Amino acid sequence: MTTDVDITNAVRQQFPSAAPRASLDCPAFNIPAGEAIALLRHLRDAQGYDFLMDVTGIDWSAEKSPRFTVVWHLYSSAKHVYVRVAADCASDGEPAMPTATGLWAGADWHEREAYDMLGIKFTGHPDLRRILMWEGYPYFPLRKEFPLAGLPTELDDPEISEETKTGVISAPMAGGPFVATPGEPMSDAEPRAKDEAWNEQNEKPE
Amino acid sequence: MANATTELTYNSKIEGDIVPTTIDSAINWLRNNSMWPMPMGLACCAIELMAAASSRYDIARFGAEVMRFSPRQSDCMIVAGTVTYKMAPIVRRIYDQMAAPKWVIAMGACASSGGMYRSYATLQGVDRIIPVDVYVSGCPPRPEALLDALMKLQDKVKRERSGSKLLSA
Repeated sequence: MTTDVDITNAVRQQFPSAAPRASLDCPAFNIPAGEAIALLRHLRDAQGYDFLMDVTGIDWSAEKSPRFTVVWHLYSSAKHVYVRVAADCASDGEPAMPTATGLWAGADWHEREAYDMLGIKFTGHPDLRRILMWEGYPYFPLRKEFPLAGLPTELDDPEISEETKTGVISAPMAGGPFVATPGEPMSDAEPRAKDEAWNEQNEKPE
Repeated sequence: MANATTELTYNSKIEGDIVPTTIDSAINWLRNNSMWPMPMGLACCAIELMAAASSRYDIARFGAEVMRFSPRQSDCMIVAGTVTYKMAPIVRRIYDQMAAPKWVIAMGACASSGGMYRSYATLQGVDRIIPVDVYVSGCPPRPEALLDALMKLQDKVKRERSGSKLLSA
């Protein structure tokens, strides 16, 4: 992959607060949340990064502050190179970030997904609803403290809940998650080598 | 004693319009051979469901080729794929809209038990919301497995006391 070597200096001149961010591939910047949209606009209009590849979020876990980071990946269809921009959310409890939907209409669903999974509110977004989980789902499932098995809650439809007497349950992990541990020989590393005799009825033997 | 010229079948010239049978076997015969599926295709199992309907496997041999996309016209819901909690109330509502008698085939690991999706988003088996008649193993099951499930369901329907059920309803 070719990289845009001039972009770092160009951005540092224009935005003194933009710090280079550790990256193994393309140039990357950390930017304060307030200047993020201005930097994205500069990259799009002045530097030719016309395509928004991805908007996503990172949860660094509840112990860390700043806890949430929003990451944008931009692509230049003329230069065929990428650039990455990251901005920390100011609040750990109510993370928020200005929306990029004014620059790229395609940011709409990416931001809705980041909101749905991590609870980052994109201020100024025209239609910030959940996109994967249903409206009224009480959790943000990709936050670090949320268990893979899920937490019990109600189904979306109260009538169906009433009739079927069922709801969202914590999925029985039955000894899982079934992942191989790295570094061991295959015979020890694979899930089948571990004791899987316990399940939701039988307690795991100590 | 039958000789080579005797027809061993129903002959309207001899029998007229009368076929002696029981109401159960007549109704079950009708139901068995025209079991129209409601294709609840939710994931990759639906691809195998399509293969089962196509010429190589040809589910039409069992009278179940008429995939009805209206629950009002279908007899057998084939839940083919992962049922998410978001989709679960919709699956149940479609099942409720089907006219009785109705049956359900849970096709594949996900529909039967949640499969590999032990997660916050996946219903752990469609039998938590609707009654299932036949479970099919596999991820996804081969079309033959679905045909086998259909034959198993037909065997089950053949044993139902449908006539007395119908009269007592």
